[in-house]
Amino acid sequence: MKTAVDNLRVTGPPTHSVNGFDVERIREDFPILRQKVRGKPLVFLDSAATSQKPQVVIDALSNYYEAENANIHRGVYYLSEVATNAYEGTRQKIKEFINANSIKEIIFVRGTTEGINLVASSYGRKNVKAGDEIVISAMEHHSNIVPWQMLCEETGAKLRVIPINDDGELILEEYQKLLNKRTKLVAIVQISNSLGTINPIKRIVDIAHDSNVPVLVDGAQAMPHAKVDVKKLDCDFFVFSGHKVFGPTGVGALYAKEALLEKMAPYQGGGDMIKSVTFEKTLYNDLPYRFEAGTPNIAGAVGLGKALDYVAGIGYEKIAAYEKELLRHATEALSTIKPLRIIGTAKEKAAVISFVIDGIHPHDVGTILDRDGIAIRTGHHCTQPVMARFNVPATSRASLAFYNTKAEADLLAKGLHNVIKLMS
Amino acid sequence: MDDLRELYQQVILDHNKNPKNFRKIEAANRSAEGYNPLCGDRIDLYLHVEGDVIKDISFEGAGCAISKSSASVMTTVLKGKSTAEAEQLFKKFQKLITSAPGAEPDLQDMGKLAIFCGVREFPLRVKCAGLAWHTMAAALKNENTTVSTE
Repeated sequence: MKTAVDNLRVTGPPTHSVNGFDVERIREDFPILRQKVRGKPLVFLDSAATSQKPQVVIDALSNYYEAENANIHRGVYYLSEVATNAYEGTRQKIKEFINANSIKEIIFVRGTTEGINLVASSYGRKNVKAGDEIVISAMEHHSNIVPWQMLCEETGAKLRVIPINDDGELILEEYQKLLNKRTKLVAIVQISNSLGTINPIKRIVDIAHDSNVPVLVDGAQAMPHAKVDVKKLDCDFFVFSGHKVFGPTGVGALYAKEALLEKMAPYQGGGDMIKSVTFEKTLYNDLPYRFEAGTPNIAGAVGLGKALDYVAGIGYEKIAAYEKELLRHATEALSTIKPLRIIGTAKEKAAVISFVIDGIHPHDVGTILDRDGIAIRTGHHCTQPVMARFNVPATSRASLAFYNTKAEADLLAKGLHNVIKLMS
Repeated sequence: MDDLRELYQQVILDHNKNPKNFRKIEAANRSAEGYNPLCGDRIDLYLHVEGDVIKDISFEGAGCAISKSSASVMTTVLKGKSTAEAEQLFKKFQKLITSAPGAEPDLQDMGKLAIFCGVREFPLRVKCAGLAWHTMAAALKNENTTVSTE
């Protein structure tokens, strides 16, 4: 099976190429996109919820179970060595991919949510006391709100929220005012899943560091769209999910600066996170294993490694350029629909379009589009405070990836005209 | 397209745009709040019951066309009915919208509610159509708690 990466090296004029990015060839790597839904070609516009997987990732999963499956770190036999190398190989890849200093800083987790919970539980409980404050923003996903709320309830700390403007951008002046001696952590999303806003993370980190406050970055939506360099950002914690970046579900990673991890207590107890156990005392393992209790999602990690290779093979520069043009085209196509209003109009925006249509509920929009084979997300997108901020009960959301086409955006616009006709 | 037209019948669209009994009953002696956490749909249901007769029934809230029109039609059907009849109709309605897609629906005694038979072809929308009814049943039991579809 040829991958897009191999195909890109083929010489000769590609037919649908934009700046060396040939979306039709990319689409061949994603078998699920070939299917028909209700007799129509699938138009998948819900990649912010989960991305589709290239053949190389699917093959890696079956190959792992067919040829490499064994438990890691403990066996002295051949298969265990193969599995351990595959698992640890992905850790190394993640380290290089996000430019961490050491593999000690890469902790495998189930996904972004578990990564944030790990930090809230382990770092938070130790460092946050009654009267302290944690700063988040008004555009956070529930997974970057609730763990902090739980910590606040437990410790008596207070949650402070950076407001956003009508375009869905952070109000940085207000952010600066929120920071004070009581602030113990800033937890902030890099790219909003419901608005598409790209936050100025480097600036946010610098401002926090001026007050000696560490920063956790929720990178779930950033990884599929933009190059992440944790050294450049200088963030203290960074979390992401494999399944948003074309890898399998149930695996992701937490990056944390080694100095912080060294001082953090284990998150869960069990196998792999220990050096020795007696009934009197347990000696914990070294980093990063101290934070990985129980048999992990080994196959998932192997698949994630392949997904990162795949993305790197295409290159973020090409992805960003293509998606920018795709977003421009899709926004323009939707703008021709009179009663439609886009929610989230930040200057710096990823390929996510949330919208409402006067008098038509998003659920009805979603059901009618589904009959055309078009998959969009409708509802509150796990960001109920964002819905409250814009005074809408829900939105429809089309989120695009590099395997989507301008023709698909046009089909969405056509489908929406049909929705309005049907509902009037 | 045909099953979409069957789901979004003109009567349903009309109730969505101009819902009946869309108000609060100040003198309500039964009320409940219904909530669908998946989509954020919310409904406040008010009842004025005398003896075992529903003298007045109304609702407020925000939701999709299916949930709003279902609530609207329900209020018009239940006004003047006994609480036992209301509970009977709830069971029949529930059976109608959850019957197997493609099968011939049993529309006997359904009256105006028959317009919702298209919902059975859209299993993901059954909760939308049922929200008002679940909330009504909770209000009759005088459960002043929030009803959730989950």
